[in-house]
Amino acid sequence: MYAFDFEQPKTIAEAVAALADDEAQPLSGGQTLIPTLKQRLAMPSKLVSLTAIPEMKGVCMNGNTLCIGGATPHAVVAAEASAYPALAALASNIGDPAVRNRGTIGGSIANNDPAACYPSAALASGATIVTNSREIAADDYFQGLFQTALEEGEIVTEVRFPVPQAANYQKFVQPASRFALVGVFVAKYADGVRVAVTGASNDGVFRWTEAEAALSANFSPSALDGLSVSADGMIGDLHGTPEYRAHLIGVMTKRAVAAAS
Amino acid sequence: MPKDSGIGAASKRREDVRFLTGAGNYTDDINIYGQAYVYFLRSDVAHGKINSIDTSAAAEMPGVVRIFTGADFEGVGGLPCGWQVTDRHGQPMQEPAHPVLAQGKVRHVGDPIAAVVADSLQEARDAAEAIELDIEELPAVVNMKAALQEGAPKVHDDLTSNLCYDWGFVEDNKAAVDEAIKNAAHVTTLELVNNRLVANPMEPRVAVGDYSRANDESTLYTTSQNPHVIRLLMGAFVLGIPEHKLRVVAPDVGGGFGTKIFHYAEEAFCTFAAKKCNRPVKWTASRSEAFMSDAHGRDHVTKIELALDADNNFTAIRTETYANMGAYLSTFAPSVPTWLHGTLMAGNYRTPLIYVNVKAVFTNTVPVDAYRGAGRPEATYQLERVVDKAARELGVDPIALRRQNFISEFPYATPVAVEYDTGNYFATMDKLEEVADLAGFEARRKASEASGKLRGLGVNCYIEACGIAPSNLVGQLGARAGLYDAATVRVNATGTISVMVGAHSHGQGHETAFPQVVADMLGIDESMIEIVHGDSSKIPFGMGTYGSRSLAVCGSAMVKATEKIIKKAKKIASHLLEASEADIEVKDGKFTVAGTDKSVAWGDVTLAAYVPHNYPLEDIEPGLEETAFYDPSNFTYPSGAYCCEVELDPDTGKVTIERFAAADDFGNVVNPMIVEGQVHGGIAQGIGQALLENCVYDDEGQLLSASYMDYAMPRADDVPFYVVDHSCQTPCTHNPLGVKGCGEAGAIGSPPAVVNAVIDAIQSGGKNVLHIDMPLSPQRVWAAMQD
Ligand SMILES: Cc1cc2nc3c(=O)[nH]c(=O)nc-3n(C[C@H](O)[C@H](O)[C@H](O)COP(=O)(O)OP(=O)(O)OC[C@H]3O[C@@H](n4cnc5c(N)ncnc54)[C@H](O)[C@@H]3O)c2cc1C
Repeated sequence: MYAFDFEQPKTIAEAVAALADDEAQPLSGGQTLIPTLKQRLAMPSKLVSLTAIPEMKGVCMNGNTLCIGGATPHAVVAAEASAYPALAALASNIGDPAVRNRGTIGGSIANNDPAACYPSAALASGATIVTNSREIAADDYFQGLFQTALEEGEIVTEVRFPVPQAANYQKFVQPASRFALVGVFVAKYADGVRVAVTGASNDGVFRWTEAEAALSANFSPSALDGLSVSADGMIGDLHGTPEYRAHLIGVMTKRAVAAAS
Repeated sequence: MPKDSGIGAASKRREDVRFLTGAGNYTDDINIYGQAYVYFLRSDVAHGKINSIDTSAAAEMPGVVRIFTGADFEGVGGLPCGWQVTDRHGQPMQEPAHPVLAQGKVRHVGDPIAAVVADSLQEARDAAEAIELDIEELPAVVNMKAALQEGAPKVHDDLTSNLCYDWGFVEDNKAAVDEAIKNAAHVTTLELVNNRLVANPMEPRVAVGDYSRANDESTLYTTSQNPHVIRLLMGAFVLGIPEHKLRVVAPDVGGGFGTKIFHYAEEAFCTFAAKKCNRPVKWTASRSEAFMSDAHGRDHVTKIELALDADNNFTAIRTETYANMGAYLSTFAPSVPTWLHGTLMAGNYRTPLIYVNVKAVFTNTVPVDAYRGAGRPEATYQLERVVDKAARELGVDPIALRRQNFISEFPYATPVAVEYDTGNYFATMDKLEEVADLAGFEARRKASEASGKLRGLGVNCYIEACGIAPSNLVGQLGARAGLYDAATVRVNATGTISVMVGAHSHGQGHETAFPQVVADMLGIDESMIEIVHGDSSKIPFGMGTYGSRSLAVCGSAMVKATEKIIKKAKKIASHLLEASEADIEVKDGKFTVAGTDKSVAWGDVTLAAYVPHNYPLEDIEPGLEETAFYDPSNFTYPSGAYCCEVELDPDTGKVTIERFAAADDFGNVVNPMIVEGQVHGGIAQGIGQALLENCVYDDEGQLLSASYMDYAMPRADDVPFYVVDHSCQTPCTHNPLGVKGCGEAGAIGSPPAVVNAVIDAIQSGGKNVLHIDMPLSPQRVWAAMQD
């Protein structure tokens, strides 16, 4: 690590003000940022902790929408998001207990790791990413590997998930990191089915629109027969070739539908 | 009835209390007043010429004590290699220099170039970033076969090629083996890779160097499995410090697995720098540093051929192995693919003719050396895989084929130079069939198939050679060390005992098991006995712990020393009891005159030894302390049979281990609980190798699996509940305890069982896949099933 200053504001407004400094960076659960700092791969002058801001923490229902504060740890989502069981299950399978007790949904969504779990849930649920200054639709928010619509100094304060009629997340883990080698989140709403895929694409989380169309017409695994994803643009690394990942998308989607229906 | 103390009792591991409550004293817990910290600037290229290193700006940075480069070590020896292999033509291996800090060239990612000593680690790191390096990148060699091509870049310019040695064993057998293979009724051929592994002990390596101007004595605290070996190598070969001025302490060590046997540059550096800077100097490896500086394991590429006659008797084995040495020769690297591998190629079978060829190759990668099993897993893997493949090709039952070829009479002299003293391979196989419930397999397979999965069963045998010895033999084989061990039994006046042992415990439970032996011999309570180890100033001498040698070799030394204690104590007792020495018996902590009720307690005898008022001073000296060195006459040969049952998801290629059973013959067992724990750990590491772990370099020599994000360690849920049995016991015939060693068996015996099981599962699904290289990751299994 390099030396840095540290602030722990109590409100979103204070946090935004603290982040106005050059080279200031938000720190949430630190599960991604702290290892990066330890490797000296980042050199912020100041870290602004988001974990002591009560208005950014907790899980609640607003009508049919599940609202999760940006600084809510995965373990709290796992325990309290019972209104959206697929999402609670997703949270309960992120990392290990230490990661789940520290890591937060806001940090995950802001980081947008191509192998992270939450982005697929947000995209498949048509979630709204709420920041200190605006509301962003998930479809507009995720913009490629580690890229999001967030501006410099903008923080994710809340994520709002419309609760679907049925949903499931299937995660096929990368053997070493146990992030998603391929993760598929399927969510069925009155107006159609959404399928989001994480871990697989060089462009980050994406929607598998062909599967969505087929499943919207017939929400059953057999509706996916004959559908496949092209290996073009899929990630190839030590743990999986593009072909393998493309294949797994089909398998995991079927399993998600089977589990949800 | 299981015993509740002494030999055979499942005494609880007393050391675990401190380990589990945070009271352990690890090297990183040692902080010496005034200590400085070193940060090593390491190469980020695999191969390069050092044009210049400019430390002038860095030296001015805050907190910097001194910056060292290779130039500071010009008058200092390099890291020595402890084993010299002679090649097929009688020539010594090529042995390159291994400087403490790089000189002229860097040869692997992680090769240390400069070392910054500063008041804090933070300052040392800051200054290291200010060092200006001009390194001209050179083409790297990573692949072993490519490294041996004409014109390949040379890792060491002063060697003739990248070939360290071309070893043939037994060279005189070669023609007969070739002939037998030519004339065989059937030959099964298998090409395979024994994947490169990173040992990853939980505790990374640490070194603290200290120097006392008062008595010109250097002390090194280090994470070592063998502090005396480090003292000898570092003192005599690297730094030129006489042994009486050098103390090496290896306190609690959090796992070694072989990778902490070797003498490393950082140890020599901290010892050297502490004197130069007149300050203690500390280094603690980060996990990233461990990946690129701890010696790696395995990394063999092998072709094996097994010849059979028309009745399926094994007639010959021929193997050709390329063994990666990495960029330098680590301490015992040359011995691993040769004497620890070739000598094991007979396995459990009566194959009359065997020829093993090994080409050891330098590449621009981290040095490779012994890792749990060291050579023996590589031998077992190829043999047990090729036997399985032969059974499949011949359409015979793999267990029956093994049984048919088992060695059945002992002692048995193999065609690869070793003599098995004892064993009973039928007994362990019978036991395995029982404890693994092989009879129930078909029903379990049906159940798996009903849920869309494939199920496979893999069985294999293994033979191990532990406690490598005797010294005069290993000397002929090229070892530059003896392989005996030593123990001092110090009986205190009140009857408690300290046993100073040359073995080093870094997880093996010596502090529990060794006292059980002494307690048994004296008939006193285990709690009266304590083991002292890991400090060259406290123990007589010792070659350390590796190769499952501790109990068989050092334990035997301890038995010898205890026998001397008993002999002297009997003399004292006979004096106190006014009886003849020959009539004294030791039992239940008492010395009794045989056939009488006259006795004297252990404590009265020990007190007399130190308060010799009523004592035969004219015959014997006061005091009760004895030392023994023990040099075994042969290896010990544990053996066993393992069985793995897997379930395979054909849609994803994901393998899960459903059942795992082991039937081992370790000879006599001192503490069954510790033995089982050792087998559990070994199997977990073997499963790690078979399914998960892989150390991968790209063509430029960059380490791709450089962290736990990409290097898959087995986790608790990757391994099943094990069924382990060690009731088949053929005691070792040549050591006083009849013990054989159990530390590596699990890691040796399990990889072929896993792979055999996966192949069986795939075959049961109708695909004729005969081999997949480890690790059998989901993607590899799936891809193999698509062909
Ligand atoms: C061992 C391990 C295993 C893991 N396994 C998984 C897994 O299986 N699946 C998975 O999805 N993830 C996994 N993770 C990642 C984990 O979920 C992290 O918690 C997450 O990626 C980052 O969240 P955080 O709160 O720790 O963020 P931090 O590390 O604090 O921050 C991450 C980045 O986001 C920024 N940031 C943080 N909060 C905000 C905010 N509210 N608004 C704007 N920017 C912000 C930071 O400045 C930083 O750039 C794992 C992590 C570890 C260490």
